[in-house]
Amino acid sequence: MSKIRVLVGTKKGAFILTADGKRRNWKVSGPHFAGWEIYHMKGSVAGPDRIYASQTSGWFGQIIQRSDDGGKTWNTPGSGPEELKSPEGMPKGESNKFAYAGKVGTHKWYDGTQHPWEFKRVWHIEPSLTDPDTAYAGVEDAAIFKTTDGGKTWKELAGLRQAKGHLWQPGAGGMAVHTILLDPKNPKRIYIAISAGGCFRTDDGGKTWKPITRGLKSPYELPDPDVEVGHCVHRIALHPSRPDVLFMQKHWDVLRTDNAGEQWQEVSGNLPSDFGFPIDVHAHEPETIFVVPIKSDSEHYPPDGKLRVYRSRTGGNEWEPLTKGLPQKDCYVNVLRDAMAVDSLEPCGVYFGTTGGQVYGSANGGNSWNPIVRDLPAVLSVEVQVLP
Amino acid sequence: MIRVVLPYHLRNLARVNGEVQLEVEGPVTVRAVLDALEARYPALRGTIRDHDTLKRRPFVRFFACKEDLSLEPPETGLPDAIVNGEEPFLVVGAMAGG
Repeated sequence: MSKIRVLVGTKKGAFILTADGKRRNWKVSGPHFAGWEIYHMKGSVAGPDRIYASQTSGWFGQIIQRSDDGGKTWNTPGSGPEELKSPEGMPKGESNKFAYAGKVGTHKWYDGTQHPWEFKRVWHIEPSLTDPDTAYAGVEDAAIFKTTDGGKTWKELAGLRQAKGHLWQPGAGGMAVHTILLDPKNPKRIYIAISAGGCFRTDDGGKTWKPITRGLKSPYELPDPDVEVGHCVHRIALHPSRPDVLFMQKHWDVLRTDNAGEQWQEVSGNLPSDFGFPIDVHAHEPETIFVVPIKSDSEHYPPDGKLRVYRSRTGGNEWEPLTKGLPQKDCYVNVLRDAMAVDSLEPCGVYFGTTGGQVYGSANGGNSWNPIVRDLPAVLSVEVQVLP
Repeated sequence: MIRVVLPYHLRNLARVNGEVQLEVEGPVTVRAVLDALEARYPALRGTIRDHDTLKRRPFVRFFACKEDLSLEPPETGLPDAIVNGEEPFLVVGAMAGG
């Protein structure tokens, strides 16, 4: 029977939740890197026991950790287990070095002035679909880096910041590349999203990038609601079978594109609020998508104190609330953009974590939910692996 | 031998328990101690001071003999009690939010 491994990044460490394919009885491992913010962990599709983790601290900066045994042991890349047996017992890697390429330049600051790019942390690590040693890192201040040596060294794909980077500006959470989607049918194509820069695509493996924002409207955040860059895109998602179809949760509005971002249409439909952070696609039904409506950008909690996942089976516009097993009163948690994931078992599993420290799982496509854990630190990210 | 006390998270990162003891060549300055520390524990590079500029990270402090040396120039010589190992050089995470 298959196994499930859920990777949970929190404000105070990493946790790994495991279960068999029934997804009923869970074991909890952690905290790993106790006390550190774990913005994201993700396993390699090409080698599932290879997991990358972004470990970060306002005091001590950015660390990249890597596990080659499914999260049992961790090292900063560049320090193999044999080196750790030395009397010094010391990792030797320089994996925490993220240096912007070339002239650093400036972007818009909170007060509207220009501000130099300053590296702060890695928000998201996206391993290659074919090579465990290759991965991409989305960082704050917004840029994308690539490693081809398992995380020992990182090099910026600087063409992204040429896409009008001087007009990007930080959202409330900072200015970061928070989403990286690799096209499984076209290895040269990558989509990324930035708050508040917008959505961008490369078709040449990361050398050049172009904004893909036609159809996005931000009348309450930007002086020109149809401007090419500056939209606060919270999350984008795709189904591997149809990589030209993207779904987006924007600051306000849920949207879709059917032509790789050339044109977007709003599909918020009957959602109680079209503000929110995560969006994800069912593993087996490319037109089934999930969002978690949040009341507003001024009140980062669910409408009416009810935690509801909304599911559309029609690719948007028509939405149904999924409430069974979720708190339906006095609930004021948030669900952050990287804190939802789906597994590929049958039926599809759906998971999300909250700022209140709960991780909920559904083993039936969202019809009903159970808390896997209730009392973790605030959850920053959730990823799922299906293991043989 | 120079004694260095690291904050909890950096001890974990460097996989050391208790104090670190370092040989420092030449004049014992803040910079020389940090150079020796990072040479022996490369994973600490970037956690105490910037990789390239070597500027102290804002939320890190350097204490020695009851003095805060954080704002002193990095080439500042350390007190004799640090040089001869009577007192440790402290790398501290600032209290902000702690």
